[in-house]
Amino acid sequence: MNQANKLLMLIVVFGLIALAPMLITQESLLNIVIMTLYAALLGQAWNILGGYGGQVSFGHAAYFGTGAYAVAVLQVQFGINPWLGLVVGGFAAAAVGAFIGFCTFRYGLRGSYFALVTLAFAEVLRILSNSVDFTGAGVGLLIPLERSAANFQFASKEGFFWVIWAMTFAAFLTVWKIGNSRFGAQLMAVRDNEDAARALGVDAFRVKMGAIMLSGFFAGLAGVFYAQYFLYLDPHIAYGAAISVESLLVPIIGGMGTLFGPLLGAAFLHGLSELSRAVIGDAPGISLVLYGVLLVVMVLFVPRGLAGLASHLRSGKPAESRVEEGKGHA
Amino acid sequence: MPDSAIIIPSVLNGLTTGGLYALVALGLTLIYGVLHIINFAHGALLMLGLYAVYFLNVQFGIDPYLALLIVPPAMFALGYALQRGIIGRASHGRDENILLVTLGLSIIIENLSLYFFRSDTRTVDTPYSFDVVEIFGAFLPYPKVVAFVGALVTAALLWLLMSHTDLGRAIRALAKERKGAQLVGINADHVFAMSFGLGVACLGVAACLLLPSYYVNPQVGGGFVLIAFTIVVLGGMGSFVGALIGGLIIGVVEALGGLFLGESLGQIGIFLIFILVLIFRPNGLFGAKA
Amino acid sequence: MLEINALCKSFGGVQASQSVTMTVPQGGITSLIGPNGAGKTTLFALITGFHTPDSGSVRFLGQDITCLPPEAIATRGMIRTFQTVQPFAGQTVRENIAVGAHLKIRGRTEALAKAEDVARQVGLGDRLDMDAGSLTVAGRKRLEVARALATDPKMILFDEVLAGLNPSEIRDVIPVINTIRDAGVTILLIEHVMQAVMSLSDYTWVLNQGAIIAEGPPREVVSDPHVIEAYLGKGMAERIAKREAASA
Ligand SMILES: Nc1ncnc2c1ncn2[C@@H]1O[C@H](COP(=O)(O)OP(=O)(O)OP(=O)(O)O)[C@@H](O)[C@H]1O
Ligand SMILES: [Mg+2]
Repeated sequence: MNQANKLLMLIVVFGLIALAPMLITQESLLNIVIMTLYAALLGQAWNILGGYGGQVSFGHAAYFGTGAYAVAVLQVQFGINPWLGLVVGGFAAAAVGAFIGFCTFRYGLRGSYFALVTLAFAEVLRILSNSVDFTGAGVGLLIPLERSAANFQFASKEGFFWVIWAMTFAAFLTVWKIGNSRFGAQLMAVRDNEDAARALGVDAFRVKMGAIMLSGFFAGLAGVFYAQYFLYLDPHIAYGAAISVESLLVPIIGGMGTLFGPLLGAAFLHGLSELSRAVIGDAPGISLVLYGVLLVVMVLFVPRGLAGLASHLRSGKPAESRVEEGKGHA
Repeated sequence: MPDSAIIIPSVLNGLTTGGLYALVALGLTLIYGVLHIINFAHGALLMLGLYAVYFLNVQFGIDPYLALLIVPPAMFALGYALQRGIIGRASHGRDENILLVTLGLSIIIENLSLYFFRSDTRTVDTPYSFDVVEIFGAFLPYPKVVAFVGALVTAALLWLLMSHTDLGRAIRALAKERKGAQLVGINADHVFAMSFGLGVACLGVAACLLLPSYYVNPQVGGGFVLIAFTIVVLGGMGSFVGALIGGLIIGVVEALGGLFLGESLGQIGIFLIFILVLIFRPNGLFGAKA
Repeated sequence: MLEINALCKSFGGVQASQSVTMTVPQGGITSLIGPNGAGKTTLFALITGFHTPDSGSVRFLGQDITCLPPEAIATRGMIRTFQTVQPFAGQTVRENIAVGAHLKIRGRTEALAKAEDVARQVGLGDRLDMDAGSLTVAGRKRLEVARALATDPKMILFDEVLAGLNPSEIRDVIPVINTIRDAGVTILLIEHVMQAVMSLSDYTWVLNQGAIIAEGPPREVVSDPHVIEAYLGKGMAERIAKREAASA
């Protein structure tokens, strides 16, 4: 698919999704669509850095939580409107991305070490938010209920739908643009071979910084949305490992470094967990077991994700992995 | 400012906790040193070991220390199978893939435990659970002192195994020169799986020594993962002595951090050490600078 | 154009560069030869910022570039290729070359168009949409050349672009290098294929065990006894001279 067709397809897909509020009248079903879009947003955020930039992060909760806490704290402690909080949340998360990126990329951390350090940063933030007062410490923050669109609290799910739809669409358009720009070309070059990219004049540090900030920004938006949708936050929700895992699982299942991968992954994951709930019931942990199994299976057998599998079936060519053999161990 | 009457027991307590941490980190560093992979499922496997010790105790009345004869071999077999069946096939040339697969495994193990054992926190009751030993005027829990000694003994045994047995020689050869070792007829897949099994068996030992003074629930492993990683990077990836010293340092840092900053903030010290060491001394405090 | 002054680098005990001093004039093709492990690739890495020298300096176009990072040196117009080819596997040939083109060109469409031009020029025009990872060795070598060329450089350092090619492939690539030179790009090349060194280069430097042991026009350099000894071992120069005297 060339770039123009991808854009067309993107518009068509989001256009179809936009019909959901018209077709779906049941709030609980619309909720599934909303949560799927939200997961796609989070996954696409991760995908910018992990899929296009090749920097696997285990700590995307750092950005998510920062966005969520920004909007909640501004509201609860300072009475600032959450729409303004949305902007602040996105940029605050991008700033956290810049800080983590600077600390890691400046010193050449890559691969597993990068992953572990990002996890440690998220943990530090979790403990901090657990220990200071203005985040409500361990008790958490309850955003006062005040239903009105001006207050980013909609009376019906449809309002939330349009917000998450717009945010997710914006993220996907951004990623389309990445796939069709100098920045994106350089980012993917750094991912595939950093030395070769630098030899061709690519400033790897700058490019990775750009990616981590963009990635942080969109993850922060997802956090803002989460806070407004559920109106409650605590350190475990905001900075806990579950968010970090979800944000990497979605694009890995859907296809890392592909435009539509996060949407496929989000739809697949939510479909699966709904299915498992229907079949097995609400047993604790079972849907997470499925997630774990999926992660293992995908990395082991389908390293290019559902998107790679789809293009493989279409072209009939072998779906070999992007990664070079023989460079690593075991 | 707390005076020495508080600090000394606190340091000693930290040292014994550090011995336990070292024990957990030994397995991790062994796996890293040989296979050059980071086993993210380390904490989850420890939790599994703890449950094994727990159930052996409550179902069959087997003393946790007696379980040393059962749990480590079982964990060894599990580790061997995991490496051969799953982890060894996952990399596709990128080490992050191993991290992802072991993350997947830890999610599976933790949530299966949650499903089967529920989230209750459990402890075992042994005659010596509350015994204390007096050292330098400080009263230390007997099980922690045993665990501390156990960590030293395990490290020594590992060292003996690595330096004096054929398996140890094969492991070291493979860790150093993969191609060459395979050329002289070492079955790499087998030896890798043996190393992974040994690393997981260390967790079995840790579980037996840990449970009398600790507890188990499905989340218990998570707390150990980053601590064990911190110890391993602090001591230098792959170094046994480094893991021992690193474990003791972290134990003391945690104890003193808790004393001065409070439980929750004290933990931050560990993560900050982890971040700073990885950034500035990726070969560990005692390793050569990269 | 390029002045290297007393450049030193050692890896642990190995002296990979021992006070190397050499110059490359603007225009034309200069070659760098030497036996395996002489330190040629290391010298390239030192010049282009991939290694930092222990001491010594590198000047390019009159400016000191000694401690600059690789990308800054590339931006100034000096591009290296890699002896062990480094394609962006998983990306197409066109996308690979476009990464080079983007050094000077911002727009994606223009960069892709430039990539196509360059691909034709080096003989990859028929493989534009192929995965770079599935190219043959000869194809990958051409890709290295193409990516470097697409950056519009002032100078290219080629590290054994002919190694691993068969004689007919070598015959195909030599004109490509000549065309690049004719377009005004200064070339420094590392090469083991003597026939190519002779036919391509105007001037040759010889490196052995990290030190320059000879320089001059290629034909003179290859008959230098020091050079023959470096390549073939002690006593060889004498024996060859004797044999030639005998047959004369
Ligand atoms: N990163 C490194 N670390 C340690 N030693 C190195 C490193 N790079 C090169 N060397 C050593 O420096 C010496 C010079 O190597 P180099 O690759 O520069 O030789 P070369 O002239 O390019 O050889 P060839 O013709 O085989 O390509 C060799 O002894 C090599 O082992
Ligand atoms: Mg070389």
